[in-house]
Amino acid sequence: MIAHAIVFYIFSLIAIVSAIMVTVSKNTVNSVFFLILDFISISCLFIMIGAEFLGMIMLIVYVGAVAVLFLFVVMMLNVAQQKNEWFNSSGTSSHIPIGLLVSIIIFFELIIVIGGWKYKPELLDSIAIEINTDLTNTQSLGSVIYTDYILVFQLSGMVLLVAMIGAIVLTYRQRSGVKRQSYFKQISRERKDGIELVDVENNKGVKIDA
Amino acid sequence: MTELFIFFEQIYRILFLLVPVLVSVAMIVWLDRRVWAFVQKRRGPNVVGPFGLFQTLADALKYIFKEIIIPASSNKVIFILAPIVTMTLALIAWAVIPFSETFVLADINVGILYLFAVSSLGVYGIIMGGWASNSKYPFLGAIRSAAQMVSYEVSIGVIIINVLLCVGSLNLSDIVLAQKDLWFVIPLFPMFIIFFISALAETNRPPFDLPEAEAELVAGYQTEYSGMMYAMFWLGEYANILLMCAIGSILFLGGWLSPIDLFPFNAIPAPIWLILKILFLFILFALIKAIVPRYRYDQLMKLGWKIFLPFSLIYVVLTASFLMYFDLLPGN
Repeated sequence: MIAHAIVFYIFSLIAIVSAIMVTVSKNTVNSVFFLILDFISISCLFIMIGAEFLGMIMLIVYVGAVAVLFLFVVMMLNVAQQKNEWFNSSGTSSHIPIGLLVSIIIFFELIIVIGGWKYKPELLDSIAIEINTDLTNTQSLGSVIYTDYILVFQLSGMVLLVAMIGAIVLTYRQRSGVKRQSYFKQISRERKDGIELVDVENNKGVKIDA
Repeated sequence: MTELFIFFEQIYRILFLLVPVLVSVAMIVWLDRRVWAFVQKRRGPNVVGPFGLFQTLADALKYIFKEIIIPASSNKVIFILAPIVTMTLALIAWAVIPFSETFVLADINVGILYLFAVSSLGVYGIIMGGWASNSKYPFLGAIRSAAQMVSYEVSIGVIIINVLLCVGSLNLSDIVLAQKDLWFVIPLFPMFIIFFISALAETNRPPFDLPEAEAELVAGYQTEYSGMMYAMFWLGEYANILLMCAIGSILFLGGWLSPIDLFPFNAIPAPIWLILKILFLFILFALIKAIVPRYRYDQLMKLGWKIFLPFSLIYVVLTASFLMYFDLLPGN
């Protein structure tokens, strides 16, 4: 059990330090890499408490997909320079009040949630589902999500779908003059469409690209 | 004392797995070049050792003694980290590959998810290398590669769902044992083809080797790398290819199971069958490299998103309805 505790503290230390480094490091790309480290150590913590399905999904979704897109944006746009300007500018930033407000709200929410656990333990018991140790993690998750919480699950799927369509609608633009390849057109092209025999009169020439 | 014993036993087991994997990666590079050469009516590497078997070792020796050049304007930490990440991720995935019913390093419940997660992390080695080089060609190569790998992972994920519907478990040994009567390559043949092509794209093999397309991008993300660091990228890439072949043979070709459960076949040890299946898939990989021209980038994306993804999604629905209708769903 001591080894278990040591490993737990190592992972939590990495998680906390890298979470701090995300906000502190000046290079934006380094921030994203620290965020990835944070995700990985948190998924390790998930695996340690026996939630291996959640841990793996965390790795696949957050590290394998979301963080890649973060990196994309950060590398393509020159966010690094902007961030440096924020760091170096001595004047007050207009973002500070909003950021402060959001973080205060989150802080109080955390206090309410954790306080609820501490002072009313029965709150947790009423919603907790009995853990069946015979079943694997994935099976027990599936048997809860697809029966008791099917409505919430489907609704969250719909929310994601709407978000996806919204993102596509926001970024979609129709450009003119773009040449697209159509396999169907290419394959169904025949000799008589492509070749035309013309009798050219002397000193007249032919008009191509009609 | 017993803890220490267990610790060393684990280390021996890991070494017993990783050393053969590394040696076979070296051999597989030789095999790749040999097959490629035979298709083109050349001889290929045949000088160093019998049949040129030690060519890769000679190459590795050459790389080790070359100078490692780190570009002055690169981000040095990430630049050095990139090949290490590639190599490590290519090797840790082997922990869950079952070579027989008992011969597996970690028989975890979510084995296939672990493999999927590790292969989706593989993109970081490439992005880090491309970005840290601080140069145009590597960066373009890295961006291309990231987009390509993320796109094809989606279709691989859906294909894995197809297989899991027939198995009812995420454990790799269970997936193999579920194919005792019928290999999944027969009922899910279209999925096998799509998996194979997606695996080509996922490992940046020709005809999808756009991240390192030498005609456009010099050598893609590897442009600035030299010596041992280049060799690590190279070995990691081949270890990944071998891993994809292993996943393919576990998901579709029945893993360690023998094709016919009769005497002369089932007397052959189980790991040999898995190795033979991996080799079969790898030779297909090598042949494809030799006979197919490189795709254009927009064609690659179109194939991934507009053809493979909808097709495999429809196949999920078909498989699920088929299993439901004939009451073949794996129950618990």
